[in-house]
Amino acid sequence: MSDHTSSVSRKASNDAGRVSAATAWQIRRERFRFHLRTLKLAWYAYAKDKAALGALVFFVIVAFLAIFAPYVSPYDPAEAVAGINSPPFAEGLILGADVDGRDILSRLFWGGRIALLVGIGPTFAATVVSLMLGIVAGYVGGWVDQVIMRVMDILFAFPLVLLAIVIAGVMNPGVGTVILAIAIALAPYIARLVRTTTMNVKQQPYIEAARAAGAGTTAILVRYIFPNMVAPVLVYATTLIGLMMVVGSGLSFLGLGVQPPDADWGTMVAEGRGVLRKAPHATVFPGLVIVFVSLAFNFIGDGLRDALDPRARSR
Amino acid sequence: MLRFIVGRLITILPVLFGVSVVIFILAHLAPGDVTTVLTGPFATEATREVLRQALGLDRPLPVQYIKWLEHILQGDFGKSIANRREVIELILPKFLNTAILALVSAFFAYVVGFFVGMFAAARAHSFFDRISMSVTLILGNTPPYWLGLLIVLLFSLNWRLLPATGMVNMIDGGGPVDVIRHLVLPALTTAAAPAAIVARMVRASMLEILSQNYVKVARAKGIPRRKILRRHALRNALPPIVTICGLQLGYLLGGVLFVEVIFAWPGIGNQLWQGIIARDIPTIQGATLLVALAFIFVNFSVDVINAFLDPKIRLSEGVRRQ
Repeated sequence: MSDHTSSVSRKASNDAGRVSAATAWQIRRERFRFHLRTLKLAWYAYAKDKAALGALVFFVIVAFLAIFAPYVSPYDPAEAVAGINSPPFAEGLILGADVDGRDILSRLFWGGRIALLVGIGPTFAATVVSLMLGIVAGYVGGWVDQVIMRVMDILFAFPLVLLAIVIAGVMNPGVGTVILAIAIALAPYIARLVRTTTMNVKQQPYIEAARAAGAGTTAILVRYIFPNMVAPVLVYATTLIGLMMVVGSGLSFLGLGVQPPDADWGTMVAEGRGVLRKAPHATVFPGLVIVFVSLAFNFIGDGLRDALDPRARSR
Repeated sequence: MLRFIVGRLITILPVLFGVSVVIFILAHLAPGDVTTVLTGPFATEATREVLRQALGLDRPLPVQYIKWLEHILQGDFGKSIANRREVIELILPKFLNTAILALVSAFFAYVVGFFVGMFAAARAHSFFDRISMSVTLILGNTPPYWLGLLIVLLFSLNWRLLPATGMVNMIDGGGPVDVIRHLVLPALTTAAAPAAIVARMVRASMLEILSQNYVKVARAKGIPRRKILRRHALRNALPPIVTICGLQLGYLLGGVLFVEVIFAWPGIGNQLWQGIIARDIPTIQGATLLVALAFIFVNFSVDVINAFLDPKIRLSEGVRRQ
């Protein structure tokens, strides 16, 4: 619906050269109001889904705690502040201490930075790359499409987690490695969605109309193809963030990500593994956080789908 | 049907080629090169240069690749750097162990997922539906490595019901019963997330079919509920379900990698992990190739099964899915 109106207003602004500056300003204001209204409607649709709203609030809180970890965490995440494996609520630590006597709550705050980065970073990178590849493949078609999609097929031949583990495994361990590894493994999935969407949009009559009106390839891609991509890709990517956080923490769990003494939810689970019996809380809490945040991204994705695509039925 | 199979097989060939290239390149992603690992930190540059020439590492990449491919095609993955054994000897038995774990988990996941999804769809919005969908939502987002640890904590450490590590008992172990006892926990862990996702997908595709007009007609004709579910709905819901099951197998194989590490299951994931820690590139390459081959084969089988179930796919003769 938004592409329809923007094409109308585009035509109007083309004519605007001939009308007075005041009218042009009015048109621009109308267009802005229209976008504002669309956003408002989308927000209402999103907020109607209570789970999505709750998940968003939860995510904002988690992100806030992670970003401001230096200010909100009660203790230094790398320093022993209590007895080894001290249980929750003992010695003034809400979530207890880990195997080195470090405050688990503080480490969760600090670890959130890396966990969120490892979830959002690769998904974002893969999305940007896939958008370019997928749109080119879908729009240009022919041998360009063949080459791009065959290369993607090759990456598809590996299970995602295997590819990520192996790429991260042969390179030097670290957060950057994990992000790169997951992004490579993830890109084909998003690229395929982008390509299919592009091919569907390409066949729409309004593309033909735009071309007949003299729009060039760039204009068509930017004004018509790309806006149609936002909803499906944003929804898919949001859902993937949670999953990629699980995978990324998994790589950290295997020792391929952030190195000690830095905290990450995955490494925290790994560190707790040795004292599973004595201090189950050291393993349970970070894992619970991973599950909750991953779930939150799921709900946010569902909410976004309802908000951005009114036709999609909510399940 | 035959035409479809041949068509799909032909599209697999370039993928196989690409997979081999990716795995070959893996070795060159590693920082430093093999000679550093082989000769140790105190070797001189001259020693390394000699070794480099002996191994053919000084030649251009395409030449190296063809040489490497020749060996691979003869089943020669090279020697493991970590324990000086032929990689193929090292990984083949491990692969079998992984296959056992993966197949049992897949069976668990699909059977449980299928029936939960079917029941939930048949009684949509019932109490069972709501509970099972919440549980599956949570399980679907649970990291396998964490779930594995929780299961170990409960079943092995607290209740002492089942062994937490390995495949057989060290002391007078062996035999099918012993293996099964060791298999239960890792298989449950691996199966959990795929089962949850399969259940949700089965429910969704069943509900989709059940809302079709021909189902309404069948109901109007007075055909019993059970028969509608089985004859009309299930039959049409199967192809997407099979596709999802195939896709989930990739997820499941990924989970297996983690689960093997947690439960010390002597499989290919465990071997891969040890290879990574030891920076043992030939082992990493061999393990990766084997898993990728298995995955390609599974995907191919899924396509064939789907073509068998759905004439629309079969008649598009070998055209790529998507």
